[in-house]
Amino acid sequence: MPIHDQSYRRYGGARQPAQRAWLVIAKSGINQFLRKRPMIGILFGSQIALMVRLVSFYLAESITQAQSLLGPSAKVFRDFLEQQNFFVFLLAVYVGSGLIAQDRKANALQIYLSKPLTRLDYIAGKMTILATFLLFATWLPAMLLLIGQILLSGSFEFARTNIILFPAITVFSFVEVFIVCCAVLALSSLTTSTRYVAVMFAGVMFFSDAIFGTLRMVTGSTAVSWVSFTGSLAQVGDAIFRQPLRYTTPVAVSFIVLAALVAVSLSVLERRVRGVEVVA
Amino acid sequence: MTEVSENEPGPGEPRISQQPPMSVATDSPPVPTATEASAPGPRPGVPAGAAVTLDNVTVEYGKNRALADVSAVFPVGAVGLLGPNGAGKSTMIKALLGFIAPAKGRMQVLGLDVTTKPQEIRSRVGYMPESDGHIPGMNAVSFVAYCGELSGLPAVDSMQRAHEVLYYVGLGEARYREIGTYSTGMKQRIKLAQALVHDPDLLFLDEPTNGMDPKGRDEMLELIRDLAHNKGVSLILSSHLLPDVEYTCDHLIVLDKGRIATSGRIGELKGPAGSIFELRIKGDPDAFVAVLQANGLECHATDEDVMRVFVPGGKSARDVFALAAQHGVQVRHLRPSVPTLEDVFAKAVGQE
Repeated sequence: MPIHDQSYRRYGGARQPAQRAWLVIAKSGINQFLRKRPMIGILFGSQIALMVRLVSFYLAESITQAQSLLGPSAKVFRDFLEQQNFFVFLLAVYVGSGLIAQDRKANALQIYLSKPLTRLDYIAGKMTILATFLLFATWLPAMLLLIGQILLSGSFEFARTNIILFPAITVFSFVEVFIVCCAVLALSSLTTSTRYVAVMFAGVMFFSDAIFGTLRMVTGSTAVSWVSFTGSLAQVGDAIFRQPLRYTTPVAVSFIVLAALVAVSLSVLERRVRGVEVVA
Repeated sequence: MTEVSENEPGPGEPRISQQPPMSVATDSPPVPTATEASAPGPRPGVPAGAAVTLDNVTVEYGKNRALADVSAVFPVGAVGLLGPNGAGKSTMIKALLGFIAPAKGRMQVLGLDVTTKPQEIRSRVGYMPESDGHIPGMNAVSFVAYCGELSGLPAVDSMQRAHEVLYYVGLGEARYREIGTYSTGMKQRIKLAQALVHDPDLLFLDEPTNGMDPKGRDEMLELIRDLAHNKGVSLILSSHLLPDVEYTCDHLIVLDKGRIATSGRIGELKGPAGSIFELRIKGDPDAFVAVLQANGLECHATDEDVMRVFVPGGKSARDVFALAAQHGVQVRHLRPSVPTLEDVFAKAVGQE
């Protein structure tokens, strides 16, 4: 039978509103990653610190002498989120580095953007993929830790006296995840090589830290922490959790640095995510 | 460990019969029968006259003008967009899709303004790009279904139509293979499938037979012809291959250096007043071409020393013989010829 005699028929069914395209991209991307074994390993590993902290809370509730050492405090939650930065880095590299780079390599952008979706939908979809996994490693375990503390202690006393923790965990996690998503996606849009994106992201993290370390040694002051991405994030995090600031840099300066990083990243994305690449 | 055939569905994918399904199951409006669905003619919502209109459109890449004050009307049906490399064909399609903003001018697709309603347009058109493109990490059926979902189809319907269109384009047996393992011809077919999955009213096909072997090329052209003439899908076929356009299209727009060189129905363009002759001479062909052109006879050389001479109305083959005799050129072969699209193209581009 000639090929053209086989079926091609009109579609008479319903169509979804075009605004849902970002959700389609996010759903498909998340499902693709969840089929990978290393991904399951990383997600499982990101919950180990939660288990350890819950055990320490249990011990603190069971053994009075351990209360001061292992007991909950706002600082414990701040430290917990800082420990999770390792998994934030790992997930950003594993998930984020290929999100746009691989699409560029496979010429998929022209396919995506020929569908009824905007560039914003595309970026939002890709960002949702990464943000979902990052929140799984930050916000979710931190909230579970807080809920676990309430359940283990059998009282709301700690939660009531530290009511700031609920919004603080949420705000800090979302700020961190948003900044990391913007930075990684911007780097991913710059090249077609996933490895190169990973190296560039590691470079941004570690090189800025190294510069801060050097300047700190030379000047003897921590006021230059704004040159470091992680330093600025830590400073803003301390302020959100109402903890003593670790550096002498004004929080506003650290915040402006992070805002500038987001602005640059969004500008890069605006230029690079296009249906056609114009080299004038 | 069990071995899985490349034609077996992957995890999470429904097992579909090897035969193309005969009906689309949806919980919304009744689905037309296959006969109704395949009926040719303009589709509802498609303007009767023009599928695409361009009004003084200029597109610039930096200082280079890719399209210069182009005004054109693409009628409903199959329209060939013909031109040499760099003529602005792909640029025009990308501008119509909203990828490139024109420096000036207005464009309408299916009666909708490209500047104000790009998403609505893209939900009703399918685009088959010139270069290879796919979503990484997906097999063919997942990729096509994903494209359907992106175009607004529900997930179940997308998957069902993905199977159907993959059969239609001849990839039914290879639909569970990773696209990265496909041959060039198969990649062309998968690009057509992703452009068709959401049942567009208008197709933009950018060099659809690039890199295909003769058999694959014939099949692709057959599909395009079928879509345009039996399935009621309007299409714009961008190509520099004259036979492809001649076989599949009814209308033609010739672009050259960013301008419209000629346009019209192919039958009319191929039948100018006058006649065409194949001519072979003994002597200096270049000098004789100049002589013919100086005497108002369009002429261009083809392969194997054969020239094609356009003799306008009021003149005849005798004039060619007379000129040859005058300039001491021996005519070895003079035969009336059927006008081809190549003549139209050569004449249009030559005039520019």
